[in-house]
Amino acid sequence: MNDQSNLRSPLGRVRGLGSAKDGTHHWWAQRLTALALIPLTIWFVGAVVSLIGADHAAVAAWIASPVVAGLLILLIVATFYHAALGLQVVIEDYVHGEGAKIALLLFVKALTIVLSLSAVLSVLTLLFTRA
Amino acid sequence: MVEFALPANSKIGAGKSWPKPEAAKNTKTFRVYRWNPDDGENPSVDTFEVDLDNCGPMVLDALIKIKNEIDPTLTFRRSCREGVCGSCAMNIDGTNTLACTKYLNEVDGEVKVYPLPHMPVVKDLVPDLTHVYAQYASIEPWLKAETPAPERERLQSPEERERLDGLWECILCFSCSTSCPSYWWNGDRYLGPAILLQAYRWIADSRDEATGERLDQLEDPFRLYRCHTIMNCTKTCPKSLNPAKAIAEIKKLMVERRG
Repeated sequence: MNDQSNLRSPLGRVRGLGSAKDGTHHWWAQRLTALALIPLTIWFVGAVVSLIGADHAAVAAWIASPVVAGLLILLIVATFYHAALGLQVVIEDYVHGEGAKIALLLFVKALTIVLSLSAVLSVLTLLFTRA
Repeated sequence: MVEFALPANSKIGAGKSWPKPEAAKNTKTFRVYRWNPDDGENPSVDTFEVDLDNCGPMVLDALIKIKNEIDPTLTFRRSCREGVCGSCAMNIDGTNTLACTKYLNEVDGEVKVYPLPHMPVVKDLVPDLTHVYAQYASIEPWLKAETPAPERERLQSPEERERLDGLWECILCFSCSTSCPSYWWNGDRYLGPAILLQAYRWIADSRDEATGERLDQLEDPFRLYRCHTIMNCTKTCPKSLNPAKAIAEIKKLMVERRG
């Protein structure tokens, strides 16, 4: 409609700042992490079910194997990377205030980094202190 | 934030109810969105009763009958009345479609007619398409080739021509783009399914030599990647095309050219 405060041509507005020449990596990484999470999650749920009733020492010993610790770290990294990518899209879609958008994007990045780092370090702690 | 509630000037009031035509035995009720830019009032929904025994089979026939016989101020676009011009796209019975190809007997009960969703309204059922036309211009929808034109037409094999099927039929009615929540929330930057299908129509054309340039222009978190494949576009398309698939093909080419 006629917006008297913005007399830029419609085409000029659509072209805007031009293409970011980016976005494919984000999209592809989200698909790849989703794919990786299918076997990792099935494996993890199966393992947790088989550990039902086990005591703390047994679970700690299970995690302390390099293969299990490696798979757990992959699961943690893929989960939080996937979550960070997905939440970024949700925020970009729905939050239109520039300040709130930037604050939320930074918060989600920080949160996923802190959580994934803590989880990875917990696995490493069990791996290296048990041996 | 997202507009979950309508702005104050878009709250829809009760409109005028026109009486049932006398001696009509078989009538259908139409509830039609009205808004007049000149009277300063909010939009309203008017109620019309249409005598089906004296009316063509399509929703457009009923709208024309209303305009001819009940209220000549009812405003809508229409031209070809056979689904090739795209002018009469509107929201009928909750779905974006063409009034001229939508059968009245496909609608149970009252026929609710609104303009295409989330577009500025010029008047009644006429949406302002300025922005979406500018988006169409931005993808440069014409054949680009540096190879000098041959004596006759630029040749295509039957297989190459076949790749344009399902793309060339698009009539730019924008039923798909205006059914897409991503286009509602971010239509200022997201190109939307109609324009992306058109963009792919030129990317898929074997005679076009600007494929890379076209992909460059689309490679953007907003222009292309706001599509989250909810498929409203494909579901609503009155020409039974598949804009979601065209968008997926563009995304595949984006990955393919990376390595």
